[in-house]
Amino acid sequence: MRNAKSVAFIVAAAALLSACSSTKLQEAPKVEEKPVAQVTPPAADTSREVRPVETATVDPLNDPKGVLANRSVYFDFDSYVVRDDGKPVVENHSAYLTKNKQRKILIQGNTDERGGTEYNLALGQKRAEAVRKSMSALGVADTQMEAVSLGKEKPKATGHDEAAWAENRRADIVYQ
Amino acid sequence: MKKLHTLLFSASLLMGTAAHAQLRIDIAGVGSNQIPVAVAAFADESVAPEQVSAIIRADLERSGVFKVIDARQTISDTANVDLAAFKASGADALVVGSVQRLADGRFQVRYKLLDTVKKTQLSQLSDAVAARNTRLEGHRIADDVYEKLTGVRGIFSTRISYVKQDPAARDYKLVVADADGEGEQVAAHGREPIISPSWSPDGTKVAYVSFELRKPVIYVQNLVTGQRTIVANEKGNNSAPAWSPDGTRLALALSKTGNTQIWVVNADGSGMRRVSNSAGIDTEPQFAADGQTIYFTSDRSGGPQIYKMSVNGGQATRVTFHGNYNISPRISPDGKTLAWISQREGGFSLYAMDLASGQEQRLADGATEPSFSPNGKYIMYATKGGGRTALAVVSVDGRVKQRLSTQAGNIREPSWGPFMK
Repeated sequence: MRNAKSVAFIVAAAALLSACSSTKLQEAPKVEEKPVAQVTPPAADTSREVRPVETATVDPLNDPKGVLANRSVYFDFDSYVVRDDGKPVVENHSAYLTKNKQRKILIQGNTDERGGTEYNLALGQKRAEAVRKSMSALGVADTQMEAVSLGKEKPKATGHDEAAWAENRRADIVYQ
Repeated sequence: MKKLHTLLFSASLLMGTAAHAQLRIDIAGVGSNQIPVAVAAFADESVAPEQVSAIIRADLERSGVFKVIDARQTISDTANVDLAAFKASGADALVVGSVQRLADGRFQVRYKLLDTVKKTQLSQLSDAVAARNTRLEGHRIADDVYEKLTGVRGIFSTRISYVKQDPAARDYKLVVADADGEGEQVAAHGREPIISPSWSPDGTKVAYVSFELRKPVIYVQNLVTGQRTIVANEKGNNSAPAWSPDGTRLALALSKTGNTQIWVVNADGSGMRRVSNSAGIDTEPQFAADGQTIYFTSDRSGGPQIYKMSVNGGQATRVTFHGNYNISPRISPDGKTLAWISQREGGFSLYAMDLASGQEQRLADGATEPSFSPNGKYIMYATKGGGRTALAVVSVDGRVKQRLSTQAGNIREPSWGPFMK
């Protein structure tokens, strides 16, 4: 089949070249395809067959009502220890990450606005590191996590009272 | 009456400056023992885009070192001056000069500094400058007056860098300006925070921390070419860059080991090595003037205190002992004074310590992020007021204070640039 086409091309090319001269065009040989005889299977009754279908799996990470939607861990004033109310957050994300080894996260630590720029950056790092260590203890690979700090530079709450400060003493889990 | 006139003149001069200044200057206190200097209007100075004598007057007044007397007349550098008359009016020195437009569009600025007591000429300069550099030429003349009359090099022609930010609009700028706040130029602009700018000792580059990669990463930017290089982008935080006095290395704070520690790296990012070794926070490194010692902030005793150690590592020595929160060490260019921020009775204040005697002095309240002027006579810092952050300057003896403020935006993290040739 392939050879026949090649032959046809060569012949056609030769014909084009020869067209320069006034000789009569030679006709290319015809290539015919014969249909292969279809083998019809014996008719069978399929009315009782069941073909299984996989339903679409929703990544629990994208479920806005799921436990993974909560990605913030809060800290007390001058504290760098994960509180009891933050432990389920750490556990839920650790469970997800140990099952989904290809996923990676940034843990971003934050502080309230009081104090020096660079010292707060280091304090935010301590909060991110506390979360990272807790997740590491629950089996999350080091290659899946990076603990960093935004210090006091990106406050979620912009007020200047205790409520705002408490909201900003926080580490966020950010999926990459 | 004469005093009143001087006062009125000074006030109008300040207002005139404020009209187009990007940073407004308020002198809150005046030092005693000021040197009385008369400044005359320069001959034909209206041909230039900036009034050179007004720039000189404003600089000398802002320094707090001089009592500037209005000469109330135009005096060219070529004029024969009755110095005895100026001596009688209380001036110990007189500044005269002229401006001339050259055929090529530049301006020839000539100046003389005359001693009214000894009746001699103390100094003179003559420079041809482009129109846009007439302001700079005024600063250079003010620098020369300052140096000839005090024996200390002037800082009026130096520059500062700082961060101007509007977090609500996610607008962050690294800005370079003249030391008096004029001539703002944006060096870097983005939607993520910029912190901790630090001028290289040769004045061509600024190291700073940008959050544009969703974490703190250290960049060095060539101000002239705009070329940026990443000096440190290690796992975790990369922050607090500080140049060695010879400009070949940077001290940094990195958290690649989990906790924030002091590291030293070559200016091109090579040769990274750890200097401090503690279980807690070590940050804000600053080279001492000798390049052999690093001052830094550490929480090894509980709260943050200032320590020093060899650039090669080893034992650290505690430097601050008063108060529970001492941060942001800065060493004066002569290596004799430590400036830092201390929290006492709630607020944050700027302190200075004579390193030889250990004697402390409180210089300013409501202060963070200090930076020494290259002649060591002033400290710039960030201060809160009216719901926003602005810059202020205090003399190292605490006697002269100025607040620099802008109409809009928060200004913080000042870094005073070096002397330029």
